[in-house]
This record gives sequence, C-alpha cells and structure tokens, in this order.
Amino acid sequence: MKKIIQRLSNGIITENPTFVQVIGMCPTLAVTTGAENGIGMGLATTAVLVGSNLFISLLRKFIPSKIRIPAYVVIIASLVTLIEFTLKAYVPALYSQLGLFIPLIVVNCIILARAEAYASKNKLLPSIMDGLGMGLGFTLALATIGAVREILGAGKVFGVQILPSSYQPALIMILAPGAFFTLGILMAILNHVRSKKMKNA
Amino acid sequence: MELFILFLSAILVNNFVLSRFLGICPFLGVSKKVETAVGMGMAVTFVMTLASMISYMVYNWILVPLKIEYLYTIAFILVIASLVQFVEMVIQKVSPTLYQALGVYLPLITTNCAVLGVAVLNMNEGYNLIQSIVHGVGAALGFTLAIVLFAGIRERIENNNILTAFQGFPIALITAGLMSIAFLGFQGLL
Repeated sequence: MKKIIQRLSNGIITENPTFVQVIGMCPTLAVTTGAENGIGMGLATTAVLVGSNLFISLLRKFIPSKIRIPAYVVIIASLVTLIEFTLKAYVPALYSQLGLFIPLIVVNCIILARAEAYASKNKLLPSIMDGLGMGLGFTLALATIGAVREILGAGKVFGVQILPSSYQPALIMILAPGAFFTLGILMAILNHVRSKKMKNA
Repeated sequence: MELFILFLSAILVNNFVLSRFLGICPFLGVSKKVETAVGMGMAVTFVMTLASMISYMVYNWILVPLKIEYLYTIAFILVIASLVQFVEMVIQKVSPTLYQALGVYLPLITTNCAVLGVAVLNMNEGYNLIQSIVHGVGAALGFTLAIVLFAGIRERIENNNILTAFQGFPIALITAGLMSIAFLGFQGLL
C-alpha cells in the first residue's frame, strides 16, 4: 500500500514529467491553449501510459532485450489507435481540437521512458501505479499551463469568464509564443521555490 | 509555383518547431552547440524526406487498397523506426566519421515527433507523392533553421548573467518564445 502511494506521488510531484524531467514537451506546448484541452490530452496520455505499462510489465519476461524498443513501440501504437477510436466516437469535439497530436502520443517520450525505466523491470501493480502517477502528473502540468494561458489570453477558465470584461485579452498567450513564455515562467517560479526550500532546510 | 509556396510555407510560415510545436525535444535537448545542431538538422532532414516518401507509398499503395487505413499510426511508426535503423547502418558503412559525429542523436530521431508528424500531416492534407516530398523537405529545413539559430543564441546566453531561477530550461523557453514571435511575422508572407 505504501509503495503504491509512493509511486503515485513520485509521478505527480517528485519526478513530474513536465516540470522536473522536462520530457514530452511537444503536446505540452501545443494543446494547452485552454485548460480543457490540457486535461483531455493529459487523460488520453494517462490511459495509454497505464495500458502500456500494464502490457510491458506482463510481457517483460518474454520480450528479448535486443528487440525490446520495436516491441514497445508496437504495443504503444496499438493502444494509441484504440484511444483514437474511443475519442472519435465519444468526444468528437475534443478529438478535432487535439487533431494531429493524438497519433503523436506514440512518440511522446514519457511513455517510452516509463516503459524502459520502470515497467520493463517491475511487477504488474507497481507498474500500473507508476503509469497512473506519471500520467496524472502530466495532466496536472498541462491543466495548469492551459489555465494560465486561457486566463491571460481570453479571460476565461474552462470557458467561464472570470476576469472583468474590461480586461483586454492578450491574444499572444493563446498563440505559439505564449506557450513558450508560460512554461518558461512557470518553471522559473518552481525553480525559485525549490531553491528557497533548499536554503531553509 | 504551387510547390514553391508549399515549400516556403513549410520552412517559414508553418515552421515545425516554432509554430506547430513538433520536434521540441531535440530542439531543446540538442541545441547547446551549433555544430551538433547542424548535424542533428542534417540527419533529421534526411530521415524526414525519406519518411514522407515511404509513408506516402505505404499509406496509398498498401493500407488504402487493403482498406486498413486506420492502422496508419502503427504502420508509420514502424516505417520510421526501420528507416532510422537503416540510415544508421548506411551511414556507419559509408562515412564512419559522420556516424561518430551524430552518435547518440541518430536513434533518437525515431521518437522525434516531427518525423511522424510530417507523415500524418501529409496524409491528412491529402498531398500527392511530389507534394509530400516537397513538404517533407521544407519542414525538415525549417526544423534545421530553427535549431541552428536557437543553438547560436544559446551559445551566447551561456556567457550572460542570468537570474538563478531562470538558468537552464526557463531561459531557453523564453528565448524560443521570442523566436516564435519573430516567426509569426512571416505569416503575412503568403
């Protein structure tokens, strides 16, 4: 039980894929024009991550180490195809918003990194929990970036107006440069907090 | 003429890195020195050109006749993975020096989303074979342009005095944001 909680908090906080490991940057920057898209992308990635960790952990004794990477990629690509069908059938609006970045979940480095670094060496349950933790950490990061960009760029969160209408939306936050600025500044803030904590300790 | 516009827009207007956010990982990871950035750009250009060509053939000549288009993700990633492996072997035989220079970056191209991205985009846009190749070359040159410029700026940042909290990735991301604003200016070009 303790190990399970430890895996979850490891993915969400200690080794957060976006803010600490800085991997999986393409979807992080591309789909975070709003909080909703960020959460959608995050959950889709989480589903693939949990599935791939599950299957790779189950098959870890059967996959020869020489061809492990192609084997992982095939497993991940099949799961992504499944997720693509599911999204297309049940949430077509989100599907068309995320567009190109759904097939690109295959090449999200987080998934291959967890397969290689964790699922291929560990038992089934911890592997699933590891995938869930990493996925939720990724979702949290995407939702945060998406919310910041949506507030500054449109004055809304989840489509609800929160800033007074006198606020002139900074369109640039929704455009490409805003993604880089938001992530850069959020990371700088986290660095600052962390170095302060270290000084106090 | 149409092909030229497609080519130019892939390099500047729809720059893969700075406006489509494809290939950010190598863009941030392999851009500390101009030389490695140039090497990475060349390797990616080579793979992306071949990948757009072969994925077009696989999709239109194999998947469509068999009516299994929905398997495109799996098919494309397998094409790219074997292509990268193949390129690696050829470079190793033909020019061991270049192989040494590219080293670890070669296998990493498989997980560069720009490569899979260009294949999927070609399919979504319904480009024909020639258009696919031109789009692939243009996108790859756009990637090379962005990563080489970025590496040049980062080499200079190394010598500057930067707030501790901004050192490393944060300042790199802000730099990329400023470059992205500059590239937004190209939008009026076409």
